[in-house]
Amino acid sequence: MSEELLRLEHLSIDYKVKGGYLSAVNDVNLSVNRGEILAVVGESGCGKSTIAHSIMNLLPGGNEEVEGKILFKGEDLRKYSRKQMEAIRGKDIGMIFQNPLDSLNPVYKTGKQVEEAILLDGIDRVQAWNKVLELYKDVKMPDAEVRANSFPHELSGGMRQRVMIAMMLSRNPELLIADEPTTALDVTIEAQILEIIKDLKKTYDTAIMLITHNFGLVAEVADKIAVMYAGEVIEYGDVFEIFEKPLHPYTTLLMKALPRKTKHEGRLQTIDGNVPRILDKKPGCRFANRCPYAMEKCMENTPPEVFVSEEHKCRCFLLEEQAEGKEAAE
Amino acid sequence: MLVFAVTLLVFSLLYMMPGNPIDIITDRKVSAEKRAELVHQYGYDQPLHVQYVRWIKKIVTEQDFGQSVRYKVPVWNLMKDRIPRSVKLCGWSLLIEMLLALPLGLLAAIKKDSFYDRFSVNFTLMLTSMPSFWLGALLILIFAVGLKWFPISGFEHARNYVLPVAALTAGSLAGTLRLTRAEVLEVLNEKYVTTALAKGLPYRTVMFKHVLRNALIMVTVSVFMSLPWLISGAVVTEKIFGIPGMGNLLLNSIVVQDFPVVQAVLLLIAILTVICNLLSDIVIAILDPRIRIAIGGGDK
Repeated sequence: MSEELLRLEHLSIDYKVKGGYLSAVNDVNLSVNRGEILAVVGESGCGKSTIAHSIMNLLPGGNEEVEGKILFKGEDLRKYSRKQMEAIRGKDIGMIFQNPLDSLNPVYKTGKQVEEAILLDGIDRVQAWNKVLELYKDVKMPDAEVRANSFPHELSGGMRQRVMIAMMLSRNPELLIADEPTTALDVTIEAQILEIIKDLKKTYDTAIMLITHNFGLVAEVADKIAVMYAGEVIEYGDVFEIFEKPLHPYTTLLMKALPRKTKHEGRLQTIDGNVPRILDKKPGCRFANRCPYAMEKCMENTPPEVFVSEEHKCRCFLLEEQAEGKEAAE
Repeated sequence: MLVFAVTLLVFSLLYMMPGNPIDIITDRKVSAEKRAELVHQYGYDQPLHVQYVRWIKKIVTEQDFGQSVRYKVPVWNLMKDRIPRSVKLCGWSLLIEMLLALPLGLLAAIKKDSFYDRFSVNFTLMLTSMPSFWLGALLILIFAVGLKWFPISGFEHARNYVLPVAALTAGSLAGTLRLTRAEVLEVLNEKYVTTALAKGLPYRTVMFKHVLRNALIMVTVSVFMSLPWLISGAVVTEKIFGIPGMGNLLLNSIVVQDFPVVQAVLLLIAILTVICNLLSDIVIAILDPRIRIAIGGGDK
């Protein structure tokens, strides 16, 4: 097994809102190994982005309460001072954001914005600029030199996301957090960006935490997958294992909601209801109100994380039932 | 275009005012015939458009603003000495405004909801609500009459300018500070600020290079737009502190119906306003590349 790079331990994040606390992330345990792609999947508002921002300590600030540990190479980032965090950002952990359209500063040329990151390493300007052009070629930017001298508004969404990727890879971080990098882009561009990410992982051996709601994308690139629901990781494991044999009813339903090429079943399957806003922490499974297999104890008790195999864990009482059933059969 | 519109408007208003400058320079003892003769001599009996065209023609062809009816000297001579004093007053005021408002506004935004933020927001609200003539009178009362730190009026020494500049700056300083704060708060929410932090830039660099730079766009425009306002504010301030600048000249001339002087001063203010507007357009284009394209009519 390769070396562990990032580890989240019992991470909980609550937002203070009118009338109580909104539980955005609850008791999340995850880890990312060196050179591995972990996909975090879930519906909108399930806390994926909150996790991503909390790792970089870039939450909006002011009204959130964080508990638990964020261990990067064994050190708790939450104990780091602002200075220490600044040294980590970009250098060790890079981050790509959801919407490339407004993630670049409109008043500076894109190349300059990438250069700004490189200059932090004390490289002289000429070299830095050459590195920018090199990076632009790495992310397959057409006319690298022209684009580097363009302002963000002169580039398309796909190009801007390439600029973002170039910027975040400029200092060879060991971990790249990609927060829905292709959500705002159209499908052809999405495929290209994914190719770039995969290539870069190969060349630089960067670990990637890919946050997305797109299962197709996950199957394409990820090694591990974590399925999130309402702030909790409900299932985690190897991509192949989960695609073969999803254990949690939510994962199963998500898979069914995927459009497929082979079977023409007419309408797409959907999951009824919405992700609940968890205002006050109450015991009970958070998926219970939408779960077709919900039992009485799901309403009252929080299911624990159960390891099915060494690398595959799941939060559901059904597993216990099955285990008991097996025992009974034996 | 705007300059012409303003001068024409002022010209018509003065034309419609009861009486004419001749009434002021003559007194009751002068006979009606003599008075009519003078009116004719100065050309005040001619229709509006004839007077206007003659006035404009003289300015354009001979750079002649006419003669002051009251002082009997060319208007330009009157303005020549007074312009530097007004420029000095407004210039210092503007400089101090920018030097104080920008950093203080930035600080208030960064430390949002802190004691300092609340204090500055409320204090500046108080300042903006204070008319400059009242503040001027108050300053004189406290620092000139009471503490005797500064002279009440005059214009010869730097010390004379302290109180007027303070009175003139207070209002616009408060306004600019509040605008800076609001703009910075807005920019702080932008995604590219997060990006800048995410790539590892130190907090201070992000604040100055990314946040303040973008917030400055709106602030600069507003300052340029408020420049004419600053000049008109100087009219009142100059009067209170007895600085014989352009504002004082304008006020006195209106009182004595010295038409040519009023015309010339207002023409100058109108031109200044237009120039300021133009400048603000140019500056915004320099600051914001998105607008540069629109002006350039396509990419280069």
